[in-house]
Amino acid sequence: MNRIAATFSKLKSANQKVLIPFITAGDPKPEVTVPLMHTLVKAGANLIELGVPFSDPMADGPTIQRSSERALANGVSLANVIAMVAEFRKTDTLTPVVLMGYANPVEAMGVDHFISTAKESGVDGILVVDYPPEESTEWAQQLSAAGIDPIFLLSPTTPIERVKQVAKLAQGYLYYVSLKGVTGASHLDLTEVQTKLAQVRTLVSIPIGVGFGIRDPQTAKAISKLADAVVIGSRIIEEIEKAPENSLLETLSNLVSSMRSAIDETN
Amino acid sequence: MSAYNLPDEKGHFGPYGGKFVAETLMTALEELRTQYLYYQADKAFQTEFAYELKHYVGRPTPIYHAKRWSDHLGGAQILLKREDLNHTGAHKINNTVGQALLAKRMNKKRVIAETGAGQHGVATATVAARQGMECVVYMGSEDVKRQAMNVYRMKLLGAQVIPVESGSRTLKDALNEAMRDWVTNVESTYYIIGTVAGPHPYPMMVRDFQAIIGKEVKDQMQQEYGRQPDALIACVGGGSNALGLFYPYIDDETVRMIGVEAGGKGINSNQHAATLVTGRPGVLHGNRTYLIQDDHGQIIETHSISAGLDYPGVGPEHAWLKDSNRAEYVAITDDEALSAFHALCRFEGIIPALESSHALAYAAKLSPTLGKDKLLLVNLSGRGDKDMMTVAQYSGITF
Repeated sequence: MNRIAATFSKLKSANQKVLIPFITAGDPKPEVTVPLMHTLVKAGANLIELGVPFSDPMADGPTIQRSSERALANGVSLANVIAMVAEFRKTDTLTPVVLMGYANPVEAMGVDHFISTAKESGVDGILVVDYPPEESTEWAQQLSAAGIDPIFLLSPTTPIERVKQVAKLAQGYLYYVSLKGVTGASHLDLTEVQTKLAQVRTLVSIPIGVGFGIRDPQTAKAISKLADAVVIGSRIIEEIEKAPENSLLETLSNLVSSMRSAIDETN
Repeated sequence: MSAYNLPDEKGHFGPYGGKFVAETLMTALEELRTQYLYYQADKAFQTEFAYELKHYVGRPTPIYHAKRWSDHLGGAQILLKREDLNHTGAHKINNTVGQALLAKRMNKKRVIAETGAGQHGVATATVAARQGMECVVYMGSEDVKRQAMNVYRMKLLGAQVIPVESGSRTLKDALNEAMRDWVTNVESTYYIIGTVAGPHPYPMMVRDFQAIIGKEVKDQMQQEYGRQPDALIACVGGGSNALGLFYPYIDDETVRMIGVEAGGKGINSNQHAATLVTGRPGVLHGNRTYLIQDDHGQIIETHSISAGLDYPGVGPEHAWLKDSNRAEYVAITDDEALSAFHALCRFEGIIPALESSHALAYAAKLSPTLGKDKLLLVNLSGRGDKDMMTVAQYSGITF
């Protein structure tokens, strides 16, 4: 069993939900990323989504775009991101790491080379935002063959027939985008999420994570009642933006701990 | 050889094109594709489109023989397809008229657009006013400053112009922002993309709406010259005016097709927008195509004297026409374009857009190498009124 499946299964038997923070590799500084990943795990994160910076992050809101710009200003490339995962793996062999980014840096590196170095460094899953299933049959097969989970998105606009199509390629977990919009938006409709997830559940067997627009412990808790995993992205990046350098790790640790406690509450 | 029939059902031109967008947009793109294919075959739609092009845009535009300039160059004759005479002053309106009619039939009350220099924004604001639709135009804040006059034109036409502060604050960032708006308001909003780029079906649909240019040229050449031109020459940023001209000619291999990109300060200067001449394939803005990018796949800021060519990507069909050797792509520098701009003003009494001046400049290079009986058809895609400030600035003139 790979690290992603093991994590979901372990938490399920403990009757807990998977908490997934998202950070952009290299933001605010490349040397902070690996210590930050360890801090997030200590504070209660079960899986880390590590953003690969891109110059034109079309599906992201202003917060994650700014974080991408900071990372790029620090000269962070896809190869650097993979090296950070290898560094993280030296002391953490259990927590799954999922790379999340856009197609062009992957294609510039070369798909084969990217997949093999990602595998070697201990990457467990990859989500390329602008690779929808229609364009990624071969991509998903290549990842599977390397033992990396191809992660795909579902959205409120995805019709049921498409859910089946996505489910054929997706492994690890499905990432349900909770709203029509970009990352960091604030118009999350819980009832809509609930209705849609109930439909999706009848068609897919792998776990479902929900992200986009989860900004506080209350929302995280509400989402955790519906999903197998809760993804927190823009809210974390906002804290990274605001926090003074010397208290960054502490601030992020507190934020993730508060999310953890909220989703662990039993009522 | 079988007749050209690209893109395929998934929007691919060979390895290029496709639908590289996040899941949230896939359903909207599929709806758009289905609706477009339906109305493409719908007689009433095509009749209304033709009516609008004739009575509102002012088509057909003439072919004009630039005789004095051709004589001066001393070689092949230069013929100009006068897209500059269209309503709003460029070819852009052919496409916005078509997409606005489609938006209306899809019951969308709000249209959005991205714009660089403002030409597509103005063309969108124009048709939105004509159809009584709400219109929002995204424009990089750098471009808002450089193109204050076009911003005012859009506002006069009732559009809201939103300056984009992210990234390099130019066209590519305006496109990112328009996509984000569309993701958020996908049910009420129609996104009018201005060029033959973006995810399927846009490259195909925009090409089809612009193909009126090439269709007219084919008929006019037969009627007025009794034959087809030896070469078609058009500037390429995203590539919509070029593809509109080229498309009806793809199967006629006796006609050369030449796309002219912005060479900026020279293609070795790192300050240009010559995507097909210097770039590598990649994925941006929903399609696979040639891109100007660094070794790590990050998109690089481009430069051109003409804002309409200042884009790091290019339509996927051009990428395919390049790889299949059906079209040639060359680069013209800022200085060469300016010099052709002045030549057309002086020899023919026509002030061309700086974008079109790139095509003119290449025609001026090619003409003297060919016999006087050869015909070069240049797409004069727009007029230069919008470029007065830029040209004056380059000439060291202040008002």
